[in-house]
Amino acid sequence: MSQRTEITLTVNGERVTRSVEARRHLVDFLRLDLGLTGTHAGCEHGVCGACTVRVDGVIVRGCLVVAASLDGAEVTTVEGLADSGEIRALQAAFVARNAAQCGFCTPGMVMTAADILRHHPEATRAEIREHLSGNYCRCTGYQAIVDAVQDVLEAAR
Amino acid sequence: MKWPATSYRRASSLGDVWQAFAEGGAGVQLLAGGQTLLATLAFRLSEPALLLDITRIPTLRGIALHGGALRIGALTTHAGLGRDPLVARHAPLLAQAVPLIAHPAIRNRGTIGGSLANADPAAELPACAVALEATLVLASAQGERRVPAGEFFTGLLSTALRPGELILAVEVPIGRGGSITEIARRSGDYAMCGLALVGARPVFFGVGDGPVLARGAGAALARGDVEAACAALDTDLDPPTDMHGPPAMKRHLARVLLRRAAAPRQEQAA
Ligand SMILES: Cc1cc2nc3c(=O)[nH]c(=O)nc-3n(C[C@H](O)[C@H](O)[C@H](O)COP(=O)(O)OP(=O)(O)OC[C@H]3O[C@@H](n4cnc5c(N)ncnc54)[C@H](O)[C@@H]3O)c2cc1C
Ligand code: FES
Ligand code: FES
Repeated sequence: MSQRTEITLTVNGERVTRSVEARRHLVDFLRLDLGLTGTHAGCEHGVCGACTVRVDGVIVRGCLVVAASLDGAEVTTVEGLADSGEIRALQAAFVARNAAQCGFCTPGMVMTAADILRHHPEATRAEIREHLSGNYCRCTGYQAIVDAVQDVLEAAR
Repeated sequence: MKWPATSYRRASSLGDVWQAFAEGGAGVQLLAGGQTLLATLAFRLSEPALLLDITRIPTLRGIALHGGALRIGALTTHAGLGRDPLVARHAPLLAQAVPLIAHPAIRNRGTIGGSLANADPAAELPACAVALEATLVLASAQGERRVPAGEFFTGLLSTALRPGELILAVEVPIGRGGSITEIARRSGDYAMCGLALVGARPVFFGVGDGPVLARGAGAALARGDVEAACAALDTDLDPPTDMHGPPAMKRHLARVLLRRAAAPRQEQAA
């Protein structure tokens, strides 16, 4: 038995209504039901951060959110931030610093980095590292990612 | 793994919760922040028939002074605890604990009620609640009851919560101060060993099946004898071997933390 719930929410500024199974988490809802594949599913149990998205203004683990609970919510994904231009400087800095290799972690990294830009524009390098510490990257060794975020923060000061 | 088949309902009042319990009994699982529960679904460690979302129940929210205590609603998120001015002023230990819990995205959803109900032996907030001599306010269809934190944690992932009951709020005596320190492998991990110290009440976490009040060490601290307090940990603590290491290592870490917490100024000067 898997019961369905109808939800109406805003995703990247657009209103969507869907019927979802109770067992659907937010990442699968975005990827499979809405075709928004920018958000990645890695561990699916809260550890890696690849699924980071914004819900009602704050970042969350998409794999630890029940899609059926999102009636009335406002969800923003990496596609939304790219379209709005909010992460233009971060995207450029990630390229300039070679902060993406395979790219699997990158959407989650960028979502978390955008959170630093919005809420902690004065963050030091140590604070950037701390804020990103829940986002795992198997490729870069992190330095390039921290460099990229630091570049953007410093340029904005 | 994908979650098992289940169903979902949003409760908008405590009445909805009592009704769901009456209908669904043990198949009803309260869903707060979901930051532990949903991970256990992914591991197929639990297969609840109904996820009952309690996050829209107004009576579980809010932080306010209440007599001589700070009453913190069960739905207060870790992030909310970290930025609340009343917590910073009256129960600063809880604010200090927040950066040690998981990561920002998890702190935005995880709640104090969920953390206390889950009773992970390595979790920060249960240890703080015991160190601060907090009181848990529990409710069921039969009414409310109050349980001291020291009696609430009854064993590994076990609490005094009865079937059909939930945590409404936690009440913390104000003006207690205190400090929290821990050793974890990576920032945001559960602690290998941690210590919440309030006055002469050292409460360790990650070294037992729940928060452990080290009574012998506390008595020695009350006399100002830090070395005797460290020695007392040999009998106060009975840490199990876990993935981090054997009991001897845990006791060593506990002594390191106790020295740091009890003599912060000497440590900094050294
Ligand atoms: C990667 C990762 C790292 C983490 N690291 C830490 C850490 O270092 N330290 C730490 O303390 N925690 C850590 N957590 C767990 C986090 O703090 C959780 O938020 C917390 O343990 C549970 O709170 P929740 O609101 O998410 O509860 P949920 O997951 O919704 O619920 C947990 C349990 O409590 C029950 N419950 C919830 N609310 C109530 C209530 N009001 N009354 C009765 N029962 C209730 C639920 O039915 C369930 O059984 C981590 C989690 C993740 C995913
Ligand atoms: S997929 Fe969500 S944290 Fe790994
Ligand atoms: S670039 Fe490959 S995981 Fe980060």
